[in-house]
Amino acid sequence: MANLIQLEVNGKKYSVHSDPETPLLGVLRDEIGLTGTKYGCGEGQCGACTVLIAGAPRRSCQVPVRAAAAKPVTTIEGLEKNGKLHPVQQAFLDAGAFQCAYCTSGMIMSSVGLLQTNPHPALADIVQFLQGNLCRCGTHPRIIEAVGQAAKMMQEHAL
Amino acid sequence: MSWPTKQLVAEPERYEFRASSVHHFDLARRDFFKMLGAGIVVFATAKESLAMQETAPSPRGFHNEELPKEISAWLHIGEDGDVTAFTGKVEVGQNIRTELAQTVADELRVPVESVRMVTGDTALTPFDAGTFGSRTTATIAPQLRRVSAAARALLVDAAAKSWNVTSDTLVAGGAKVTDPSSGRSLRYAELARGKTFSQTIPADDSVTPAAQWTVAGQPIPKVNARDFVTGRHQYTPDMRRPGMLHAKVMRPPSFNATLISFDDRAAKATKDVLVVRDGDFVGAVAPTVDAAQKALAATRVSWKESPQIANAELFTYLKQNAVPHSDPRFRREKGSVDEALLSAAHRLDASYTVEYIAHAPLEPRAAIAEWVDGKLTVWTGTQRPFAVRDDLADAFHIAESSVRVIVPDTGSAYGGKHTSDPAMEAARLARAVGKPVKLVWTREEEFTWAYFRPAGLIEVKSAVGADGKLAAWDFHNYHSGMSGIETPYDVANQRTEFHQVPLVLRSGSYRGLAGTANHFARETHMDAIGHSLQLDPYDFRLKNLSDPRLRAVLDSAAKAFGWPGMKTKEGRGFGLACGMEKGSYVATCAEIIVERDSGNVRVVRLVEAFECGAIVNPDGLRNQVVGAMIQGLGGALFEAITFLNGRIQNPHFATYRLPRFRDVPEIKALLLDRKDIPSAGAGETPIMAVAPAIGNAIFDATGVRLNGLPLVPRGWQRG
Repeated sequence: MANLIQLEVNGKKYSVHSDPETPLLGVLRDEIGLTGTKYGCGEGQCGACTVLIAGAPRRSCQVPVRAAAAKPVTTIEGLEKNGKLHPVQQAFLDAGAFQCAYCTSGMIMSSVGLLQTNPHPALADIVQFLQGNLCRCGTHPRIIEAVGQAAKMMQEHAL
Repeated sequence: MSWPTKQLVAEPERYEFRASSVHHFDLARRDFFKMLGAGIVVFATAKESLAMQETAPSPRGFHNEELPKEISAWLHIGEDGDVTAFTGKVEVGQNIRTELAQTVADELRVPVESVRMVTGDTALTPFDAGTFGSRTTATIAPQLRRVSAAARALLVDAAAKSWNVTSDTLVAGGAKVTDPSSGRSLRYAELARGKTFSQTIPADDSVTPAAQWTVAGQPIPKVNARDFVTGRHQYTPDMRRPGMLHAKVMRPPSFNATLISFDDRAAKATKDVLVVRDGDFVGAVAPTVDAAQKALAATRVSWKESPQIANAELFTYLKQNAVPHSDPRFRREKGSVDEALLSAAHRLDASYTVEYIAHAPLEPRAAIAEWVDGKLTVWTGTQRPFAVRDDLADAFHIAESSVRVIVPDTGSAYGGKHTSDPAMEAARLARAVGKPVKLVWTREEEFTWAYFRPAGLIEVKSAVGADGKLAAWDFHNYHSGMSGIETPYDVANQRTEFHQVPLVLRSGSYRGLAGTANHFARETHMDAIGHSLQLDPYDFRLKNLSDPRLRAVLDSAAKAFGWPGMKTKEGRGFGLACGMEKGSYVATCAEIIVERDSGNVRVVRLVEAFECGAIVNPDGLRNQVVGAMIQGLGGALFEAITFLNGRIQNPHFATYRLPRFRDVPEIKALLLDRKDIPSAGAGETPIMAVAPAIGNAIFDATGVRLNGLPLVPRGWQRG
C-alpha cells in the first residue's frame, strides 16, 4: 500500500506517496523528476542507478524507498554547487571520459563514493571499486584517469 | 492494423541486402524562416554523379549498393549569427554532434560554439537511411562542408555588394567578412540581418582541403559534454509529456509463441488501467510502471509454443540449411581456385564459428508516443528515424507526413537500434488510451526481444606455394554476413561466398557487422598457415600483402608493440591480426596470459594502429577506437547468447558477461592521420582485428588453436 514517505534528496525535502517496497530509483525518476539517475538493468548489475545514501554509493534500483527515508540522498543533480562542478564531474569533463554517457551519472556517483572513503586510491582500488559499473562504450581507461585526476584535484582543494 | 510482433524479420546487415528509401524533402523552405527566423539558408543536394559513386558496387566489396539516391544537407545562418545545420543522422555516442559541428565551423570560419546541429528529426532534417555503416564521416560531413562553403560564399558576396568591391578581394574568418585593403569588416550576423535568402547548390563546390583545416582536425571536446556530467541530458527514458502514462508489454514465454486465450476481466476491474490486445500483442497502460505491470500480471493468457533449435545444434543447422542462390552479389571468384587448391605445395583447411552476441546498449530501447488530431509524434532512440516513421505510417495506415520521429542523443546502439519495436508498441498503446505513453524496455526484454549479431559458420580452404605465397583461397560464410568477407591479401585464385540461412534468432546489424567473424576466420587462418610453414605471422602477412595502407598500419602496430622481439614465456603469448573495411585500415597486436591453475585468460596488452584518412577529431576518434577494442575483447573472450526452445537463457548482466574494469588491459591506440585521403568512418573497423589477435596470442601461449568465438567463455579448460 502506498504510504507517505519523507525523503531528503540533494538537501531538499520531499513527501512521496509510494509503496515502501518500491525501488528508490523509480521514485527519484518518476515521482521527484530527477532523471539524471539511470535505469540500466534493475538488478544491481550495471551501476547506472548509483546514488549516495548517507554518503555511501548505493544501487538505487535495489534500495526500497523506505530504506532511504530520513537519510540524505545525493544524486548526480546534487553535486554541482553554485554553478561549479564537483571535482569528479570536472575530471570526467576534462578527460572526455564518456561516449554515449548513459553510464556517466553512475560512474561519477560511484567515484565520489570511492574518494570519500579512499581519497588516494591506487589504480587497483579504482578498478576494484568500479567493477560493478558497466561502460558499454569501452571508455574505461579514461574513467580511471578521470578518477585519478579528481583525487588530485580534491587533495589540492583540501590543502 | 497489421501487427508485426511475431514476424521475425530477417535483418542481417539490412543495408547490404535491402533497398532502402527514396528521397524526401519534407521541410518547405519557407518553414525554415518561420522556425528559425530570417537569415540565410543553403540547401545542398548531391549530384547524380556523387549519388552514383555512393551507390555503385565498390571494387572491393559487395556492399554499399543500396544507399539513398540523394544525399542532402541544409544549413541556416540567423540574424544573430548563430548557425544551425541539419542532418538525419543521429548521435548514439559516436560523437557526430561534435564532429559535424566542427566540420561546419571549419568551413564557415566560425567558432564551433556558434554551430548547433539538429539531428535525427523526421520533421526537420533531410531524409537519411540511417546511422550505420560508418557513413556519417564519409558522406554527410562532406555535404555539410559543401553547404557551409556555399553559405560562406554568399556572405562574402553580400559584403562585396555592400562595399561595392569584387568578392575575390575579401576574406572570411572569425564569423565575419573582412576587406584586407581597407580593414573594414562585417559580421555574419550583420550580413544575414533582414534577409530571407535561400539557395540550392549542386553539392560539388570545392571545399577546404584537410591540410588547411583549422577547427576540424582538432581534439575538441563534446559540444554538450556538460549536460552529461550533470545528468541534465534527457535520453528518451528521461523525457515526459503532459498527461503521460506508462506502459508495459506482455512478452510471450518463447519466440514464435501465439496467443490462444486471453482474459482481462481482473485488469478491467482496476481503476486507471487499460489492457490492450491486438493479435498476439498484449500491453497495459497505467499511471505508473508498477500499476501497468500489475495489470499484466492480473491478465490471464495462454500461449501455444513450438519446439526450436538450441545452441548445440546451431552450426550443423547453419551448414545444412543454406539457401541455394545464384545471386552474383553473394559470390565472387577469380582464377582457377579448385585447380590451385589441388596443385599447390601446402594445403590448409579449417572451419570457424561465431555465436550470437548481444549489443547490450546501456540505455534500453524506449519510446514515448503521442497522438494529436490523428498525427503521431514519437521520441525514441533509434538509428533509423525515417525507417521508424515509415513503419509507423504503415502499421497505423496513416501518411508518412502524419508521423514525426525525434531521436534524442541516445545511450548507445552499436548497430542494435535499427528497428521500430518500442515505437510501435508505445504508439499502439497511446492510440488506445488517447494520451501520451512512455515505454522503457527492461534489461531482460532488451536481451530477449531486440535482435542479435548473427551467428555464423565459416569454412576456409587454402593453398600456399613453396615460396610462401598464397596460391588459392576459398572462403565460405554461412549466415553471419558479408562485411569484411574479401581477403586483402594477394591471391590470384580466390572464391568468396556468402550463404544465406533462414534465421534461427532474430538477427541484424552490429558494430562491424560480420567484419569480426570474417576477420576472425581469415586472420586466424593466416596465422595457422604461417605457423605450419614456420614463418613469423608478421612476415607471412607482409609476404602476401601489397596494399600500402594495410602494410602501414601493420607496421605501426607491430613496431609500437615490439613485434617480434619477444620470447614466449610459459603461459604468455603474443598475436597479431589486421584488416580493412569501409575505407579504413586496422592492425591489432595482443599480449595475453593463460593462468592454467585458475583457468583465467587475461588480455594484458592491446596495441592497435588505425587509419581512416584525414582525422576530423582525434579525441573523439581515440574514444571510438579504444572503445571498439574493449568491446571487441568481450566478443573475443566470453560473450555468447545461449538459447533453448525459443528462450534466451542468459538475458541478464549477471549471466551475459560483458567487459568490465578488471578485464581492460593496457591499451595503446595509434591513429595515423592521412590528410591526403578523404575521411572515412571509424565506428566499426577498429573492432575487427581484436578477436583474431587475441586468439592468435592464445595459440602462441598454449599451442592450442581455438577456432570459435567466444574463445574461452568458461576460461581455460584443461585437457
